[in-house]
Amino acid sequence: MKEIGPIARHTISVVVDNETGVLARVIGLFSGRGYNIESLTVAAVDQRDTTSRITVVTTGTPMVIEQIKAQLDRLVPIHRVADLTKEGSFISRDLALVKVMGTGQQRVEALRIADAFRARAVDSTADSFIFELTGSADKLNAFVELMAGLGLVEVARTGAAALRRGAQGL
Amino acid sequence: MTVKALNMAVGAKERDAGISATKTEVADTEVVMCGAQIILETLADLGVDVIFGYPGGAVLPIYDEIFKQDKIRHILVRHEQAATHAAEGYARATGKPGVVLVTSGPGATNAVTGLTDAMLDSIPMICITGQVARHLIGNDAFQEADTVGITRPCTKHNYLVKETAAVAEVIREAFYIATNGRPGPVVIDMPKDVQIEKAPYRIKKHVSHPTYRPQVDGDEAVIRKAVEAMANSARPIIYAGGGIINSGPEASHLLKEFAKLTGMPVTNTLMGLGSYPASDPQFLGMLGMHGTWEANHAMHDCDVMLAIGARFDDRVTGRINAFSPGSTKIQVDIDLSSVNKNVRVDIPVIGDAASVLRRFIDIWKSEGYGTKQPSLEAWWGQIANWRDKKCLGYVDSDDVIMPQKALERLHALVQSRETIISTEVGQHQMWAAQFLGFEKPNRWLTSGGLGTMGYGLPAAIGAQIAFPDRLCIDVAGEASIQMNIQELGTIAQYNLPVKVFIMNNEFMGMVRQWQDLSYDGRRSETYSSSLPDFVALAGAYGIKGMIVSDPAQLDATIQEMIDHDGPVVVDCRIAKLENCFPMVPAGAAHNEMMLSGDVVNKPKDDEALAVV
Repeated sequence: MKEIGPIARHTISVVVDNETGVLARVIGLFSGRGYNIESLTVAAVDQRDTTSRITVVTTGTPMVIEQIKAQLDRLVPIHRVADLTKEGSFISRDLALVKVMGTGQQRVEALRIADAFRARAVDSTADSFIFELTGSADKLNAFVELMAGLGLVEVARTGAAALRRGAQGL
Repeated sequence: MTVKALNMAVGAKERDAGISATKTEVADTEVVMCGAQIILETLADLGVDVIFGYPGGAVLPIYDEIFKQDKIRHILVRHEQAATHAAEGYARATGKPGVVLVTSGPGATNAVTGLTDAMLDSIPMICITGQVARHLIGNDAFQEADTVGITRPCTKHNYLVKETAAVAEVIREAFYIATNGRPGPVVIDMPKDVQIEKAPYRIKKHVSHPTYRPQVDGDEAVIRKAVEAMANSARPIIYAGGGIINSGPEASHLLKEFAKLTGMPVTNTLMGLGSYPASDPQFLGMLGMHGTWEANHAMHDCDVMLAIGARFDDRVTGRINAFSPGSTKIQVDIDLSSVNKNVRVDIPVIGDAASVLRRFIDIWKSEGYGTKQPSLEAWWGQIANWRDKKCLGYVDSDDVIMPQKALERLHALVQSRETIISTEVGQHQMWAAQFLGFEKPNRWLTSGGLGTMGYGLPAAIGAQIAFPDRLCIDVAGEASIQMNIQELGTIAQYNLPVKVFIMNNEFMGMVRQWQDLSYDGRRSETYSSSLPDFVALAGAYGIKGMIVSDPAQLDATIQEMIDHDGPVVVDCRIAKLENCFPMVPAGAAHNEMMLSGDVVNKPKDDEALAVV
């Protein structure tokens, strides 16, 4: 039954109590039940640090996605769960720090591409840059791929942070 | 103010001003106590009258407080796993949460099996575990284990209490979570220094939770749609599970009322047995892998299925893509995650079984569906044909006690008594489910989801503690009983009149059955070698022991067991190689059942073999 239906990528937003172990509960649920995690971000999001927001990107059939939502919803410290992908349009952004080493023409080309992607150089030495880039996961992938031929050293990436479009909150 | 003084003050005020007024006043009274004292006060305040536990270093302060009070009774088990199963038995028999107290490290890890068992069977349980002092946590201290880490996936929720001032609040919240929504086990990990430190304690009555508020009443529009579907059905069936029992006795009454109103046949899951009277003509028996011919065929051929408090377990459904292919499926469950997990449901109603059944009944009556519904005569005719198969039939013998016979006689001889049956896990469990016919809820204690051998004896202890006057019988196998046989010591200590009825076939019978059916009879490691002399073993604990192997002596032995005023162990020697039928073979559909005497085919392919 679980295999039926197309596998799709879903971005799920979860508001949780900001308490010890809550992230372990969420991750344990995914690993224990065999759900995928493509990316996961978490940080306290209110001024008093009482709630955190977890954004998890996962893949599965419609039935599995529905299960993930229901399973998350019954964890005690979880306030709200929303499947942003299912609910309509939303904004999703990743951040990447990309370290590139090179000199001469290679360095110029890296800078040129960074400019085209609206990446900022946040660290610079005579023979290296760290670029900071935000955008969709696809955009970041494309940038990293281009840098691979231009002296890419290493990449650090966040997962997705996402909010639904429009005036309404979660 | 000491606790005793506080209690006396409460007592005096209760007499003067009535309970509610007293509680408000007391709520404003703060008393300083140590954490251990707060634990016991809070438990007593929550109505706990018994704790199943085992002492150790990290819970010494709590045990010291237990010594000093007399509101809560402590039952000393012989192994922490048994404490958890005893608490489950207590919870299952009473509907109240069972409470467990164990020490840190090995105490906590020994409790894990029982916690997982309670998780899978949705049994409300509070398990307080000792923990090393806060400053030692993470240092690999003596008897330290990451209890919250270990128990996270096998509890409904768990807590590490980091300050004494939070102790009472955490315990109250734990009770709320264990008992509300779909019940389950909750662990409270209590560092030793938290138990010793003092903090103000305040009696508080009202407990709610900011985020955990399960939906109790179903959506009205969906409920109406469900009732309409049932009213239009010519081949309906009710498939009722443990959720009916968890909802409380009222749900069982309402289930019967609804079945009578609609004329629908009823089948129970293993966990649901007792929620519908077995002797009622509308009852088809248990369904699933070892369910009845009529229940499984009715499930397969029905046009509308009402699943209520049941979760489409793989033991119930058989091969999932052949499960009840043509039916409209209605599911009533308090837990949304039980819906659309294994089987696609057409009409899901999220809510408490009793609440939803009440609405079903009201709507059925107010819409006058009784006069409009199609005739169920043809359906019942079909069911009568299936029943004619006499699927629980077996070939009796004058030489050897057949297991089915032993349970039929046990059932007949306990009829006049208020009886609670527990089981271990295996063939004897399935035979007990098939032959013991339960009329009321909370009389049947078995490990369904996890299938824990060693469950039955401690569960019977828990039930016997809750109901000293009832006849509590653990129907066991000779292999399972050895997994918690040390609890004979607990029975002896408290002189609990628990009867242990061991169906001894010298095999781990269910595994042996599978080896014979699927592995060409290679009985790898399933012979119960070097069995103890159970009569002598019982004698070693000062318990009456009996042995029976002659069918002619069966009745007399069972009667003597029942009549004996105290615990009894019966070693009932049964036919060694009898298989448990009916059976839905691995990877098969409901309508591909095997009956006793059928030629057994090996599983078709590796995929079928992989279905446990």
